[in-house]
Amino acid sequence: MISIDKAYKIYNKGKANQVDAVNGISLDIKDNEFVVIVGSNGSGKTTLLNLISGSVLPTSGSITIDGNDVSNLPDYKRSQWIARVFQNPLSGTASDLSILDNFRLAAIRTQPKGLTIGINDAFKKQVTEKIATLGMGLENKINQPMGTLSGGQRQALTLLMSIMDDCKILLLDEPTAALDPRSATIVMKTADQLIKDFKLTAILITHNLKDAYNYGNRIIQMVEGLILQDLDTAKKSALKQNDLFDWFG
Amino acid sequence: MDFYLTALVQGLCFSGVALGIYISMKIFNIPDITTDGSYMLGGAFTGTLLLHHQPAYTVLPVVIIAGAIAGALTGIIHTKLKINALLAGILVMTALYSINLTIMGRSNLPLNTIPTIFNLVNLSGNPNQNTLLVLLVFVAIITLIIGYLLKTDFGIAMRATGNSESMIRALGVNTDRMKITGLAIANALTAVSGYLMTQFQGFADISMGIGMVIYGLGSVIIAEAFINWFRITSIWLSLGLVLFGAIIFQFVLALTLDLGVDATLLKLVTAVFVLLIVSLPRLSFNKSL
Repeated sequence: MISIDKAYKIYNKGKANQVDAVNGISLDIKDNEFVVIVGSNGSGKTTLLNLISGSVLPTSGSITIDGNDVSNLPDYKRSQWIARVFQNPLSGTASDLSILDNFRLAAIRTQPKGLTIGINDAFKKQVTEKIATLGMGLENKINQPMGTLSGGQRQALTLLMSIMDDCKILLLDEPTAALDPRSATIVMKTADQLIKDFKLTAILITHNLKDAYNYGNRIIQMVEGLILQDLDTAKKSALKQNDLFDWFG
Repeated sequence: MDFYLTALVQGLCFSGVALGIYISMKIFNIPDITTDGSYMLGGAFTGTLLLHHQPAYTVLPVVIIAGAIAGALTGIIHTKLKINALLAGILVMTALYSINLTIMGRSNLPLNTIPTIFNLVNLSGNPNQNTLLVLLVFVAIITLIIGYLLKTDFGIAMRATGNSESMIRALGVNTDRMKITGLAIANALTAVSGYLMTQFQGFADISMGIGMVIYGLGSVIIAEAFINWFRITSIWLSLGLVLFGAIIFQFVLALTLDLGVDATLLKLVTAVFVLLIVSLPRLSFNKSL
């Protein structure tokens, strides 16, 4: 599904403050793989994710998604395959727009945004039913501005929004970092469920080693812009939680 | 014409500026200074073309296109050259001053007896009432178009652009193109205000655009105050309030003149009034703490 070949992302090249954020990574992610990436701050996890999403373009190397070379494709064009959940709940939703408007945009992620009114009764019903599955009682508030909701509610809705339109890849960049433990659990469980139900290929960045242990079927540890460890499904299930803590010892 | 009727008519003339600023605020979160120049651009084209005996209804599309190009230029300078949006607006506004002067040939163009939309279209026998009715119909049409636009999928994407750029890019919208298009629409609306005002006052003057961005901003801020007070989410109500803001603004200025304040102080009054509206919610909020 995703194939990265010798990707480099170097900021301020040749200057005193040069940063080798991603330092020649090659990585193949297969269909339906749920990859968890762990690593200290500055190890290049987010840059790697941004290279995949297209928010940053590689200094050199190539990125292929679903057989298409996307190395120089900007993020708004890669959205035809990729849905994202950001670390900051504010980044994934538009505060001043209603929940319904947010969902409308998500429902046409892979399509052009035309001059027709897409919100009708059928669409409202569809959104209400989708939101009801969260069990957060938000289904009666679809006309409320997104900004009136809590961070946890917004992250959960962002997750739901990702599957409103055809989605192959789900990128989760520390989705629970800004949430309280209870909301974090709900968001992670929802994500895991959606990934299984919709057979998504997913990448999760997390600092929560418990989540890294509990979720996903492949785990990668990054250090200084490189992949230090890469455990497949069998090795990951053999992994013990304490081993994970030792990685950071 | 009655003092306050004039204020009402002027407010309606400025509705294009108000709607334009509303759009640019929604997509950028900052006031678009191009407004001063594109308003005058609309006025310059209107004055010049009418004097060359072009009928008012063929002038309108020219004005709309000219305004749109001015806005698109600001958008391109901001997005493609990565220049701060405020500075981009100031640059285009400054350049437009020379362009407007070139179009007009001199700094003031009186229209005298040349027919305008206000006497081409006859909705009422009374000329004052006719002007008001023509404007009401005109503004209603513009508002309907903009209201519809903002409710379409494109419109939602536009409103989201100023709100959460990361989100809207992840949802497949080219934000650069959106900003350029949005600014083009905003400045086309502003130029239409220049078109209306030139015909209403019967002349185009090179200084008529000065401070126009403040008029638009004032109108939008009055509207936002109500929107926040009553937690309004409806697009139609919001647009209505923006128009209401544009009219209220003119009434305050008319009242100021009526009270005997020197006309030379009008811009000062305008600035103080906008400052008051901006700061009022914060002042009262602090008291409640």
